[in-house]
Amino acid sequence: MIRPGNGRVHLGEEFIVFSQLSASVIDGLLIGFVYGIAAMGLSLIWGVMRVINLAHGATMALGMFCIYLLFTEVGVNPYLGLLLVVVLALIFGFIIYMAALHRVIQAGYLYTLLATFAVNMIIIGIGTTVFSTSPRNVDFSLGSIDLGPIILQGTRLLAAAASVVITAALYLFLYFTRPGKSIRAVSDNRAAAELMGIPSSQVLALSFGLGTMLAAVAGGLTSTFFPFTILSGSTYQLKSFVICVLGGLGHPLGALFGGLILGGLEGIVPIFMPVSWVPVVEFGLFVLVLVVRPTGLMGAK
Amino acid sequence: MSFWRQPGFWLNVLLVIIGGAIVLLLGQDTLRETAFTVLMFIALASSLNIIMGFAGYVNFGHIVFFGLGGYFGFFLLSELGWPLYLAMIAGGCLSVVVALVVGAAVLRLRGAYFALATIGINEAARAFVANFGPFGGSTGLYVNFSAYDKYGGAGPALWWIFTLLWIVTIATVVLSYLVKHSRFGLGLIAIREDEDAAMVMGVRAPWDKTKAFALSAFFPGLIGTLYFFKNGNVEPEDAFRFQLSLEILVMVMLGGKGLVLGPILGAFAYERLRGYLLVSPIFKNLHLALSGSVLLLIVLFVPGGAVGWVREHFPRLRRVLE
Repeated sequence: MIRPGNGRVHLGEEFIVFSQLSASVIDGLLIGFVYGIAAMGLSLIWGVMRVINLAHGATMALGMFCIYLLFTEVGVNPYLGLLLVVVLALIFGFIIYMAALHRVIQAGYLYTLLATFAVNMIIIGIGTTVFSTSPRNVDFSLGSIDLGPIILQGTRLLAAAASVVITAALYLFLYFTRPGKSIRAVSDNRAAAELMGIPSSQVLALSFGLGTMLAAVAGGLTSTFFPFTILSGSTYQLKSFVICVLGGLGHPLGALFGGLILGGLEGIVPIFMPVSWVPVVEFGLFVLVLVVRPTGLMGAK
Repeated sequence: MSFWRQPGFWLNVLLVIIGGAIVLLLGQDTLRETAFTVLMFIALASSLNIIMGFAGYVNFGHIVFFGLGGYFGFFLLSELGWPLYLAMIAGGCLSVVVALVVGAAVLRLRGAYFALATIGINEAARAFVANFGPFGGSTGLYVNFSAYDKYGGAGPALWWIFTLLWIVTIATVVLSYLVKHSRFGLGLIAIREDEDAAMVMGVRAPWDKTKAFALSAFFPGLIGTLYFFKNGNVEPEDAFRFQLSLEILVMVMLGGKGLVLGPILGAFAYERLRGYLLVSPIFKNLHLALSGSVLLLIVLFVPGGAVGWVREHFPRLRRVLE
């Protein structure tokens, strides 16, 4: 747990500063893993399709509600529920691609941006009607581990572990399977990939499905430790943009690294200045990195 | 240039002049409130169109200029007692300065990278103002009621504000037309079509883009001051609504980007549609989903917007509808 700092640290008490710092940073890093998963989806979709998916946040919110409904109505363990979310989100992503994106995928980024924004409006509109905007939470605990000044919550540890597993799985998929290699080929050069006989429409649909799936899974994992509404997704979507840029747009695996940076920042910044300055630092950094190094801190060419 | 002989010029300008004049003649309060929103949307959409429609740089943070300029104008008006028209112009000038500084850095990015950066700027500006002491932090500023006394009380002040907004909107539309038909405007359109080719042909792309960005920032600053003075308060959540940025973008797309008439009709249609959906008992809850569906259909099937579609199918009207 974060012991809230509010910038009022007495400099003499070095031990307190140290323990507070480490507790806050570790907590931030654990959440950073989950941010990374959400951003990975956004980055994958950007890298392969050159689409900025403005429905990403709404999809995350749907993932949260999926876990919530499964847990409260049916009584399914949230982590078991994630398996179902994976399948549903993959199908949902295919449907969005076919209905909203396939027709405009060649028309340039303005049209794909607006198309995904329209999807976002539809999801939020229906979601608000069905679920209202009152906050929900998944009341599920895995206990916690007490390490002196640092208390690690089980749900966050497991979420971080799940994020590492998902990243590893995505790496193996992209580099060692045929569909994964097709995705990377289309990402590199769509026209050339088509000449080599890769069915690019199917690859694009698959990529969008995977991106949507990552968003929904990240949403599901977040729902176990933060309360949420159908509108919560937009905050995470903005964070995902920041992470993508930090990790390098279009480099899905760099997103985990970006997520850790952002999570770490969220842990460190509140110790030195009021919490409300965190977004100023985050988005300032975002614009700065974008202007100075649009390829990301990871340093792809 | 003899723009006053062009039917396309008069169609655009008269639409706004006559619309506002009718409201002023009828003198009804409810009509004025609706017309205020419509005129505000027309001016915001037309100014966004300069950078987005002509130069092809999609700005997701157009509302930053509305928010920052509005905050500054409101501050001068309410805290320092400046007259409204001066405060308004100062607000617009601040927006221009911000646009010049930000634009110099961000306009080097192209396409979706620029769009992403503008999303970041919007959030950074909101978060900054929410922490900025002189602007009242997250609670914002409230108007000093004596500020209304200069205009004969709150009631007449609202008519005075409306008249100023009307003039600003007319100015926006006139300027938008002039830009489109100038050498500068042709340069912007060349940048939109192919920036590298335009530079080879002698268009000074970096400077032209920055000018267009600053020009598009001026009007939102004016309108922000008027809007917040009308409301009597300004707060970060209201001043930097990302949603409103997107709605303005939708208006431009709805009418047709890159055309002077497009944003005017788009803003009017969007405001009417939203108003209808919000009060209708059947659609009230689903208005967002329905607006989304309309947007999706336009993006997929009428990418040129309403005016663009008419121009494409009735070539004779192209001289009038521009």
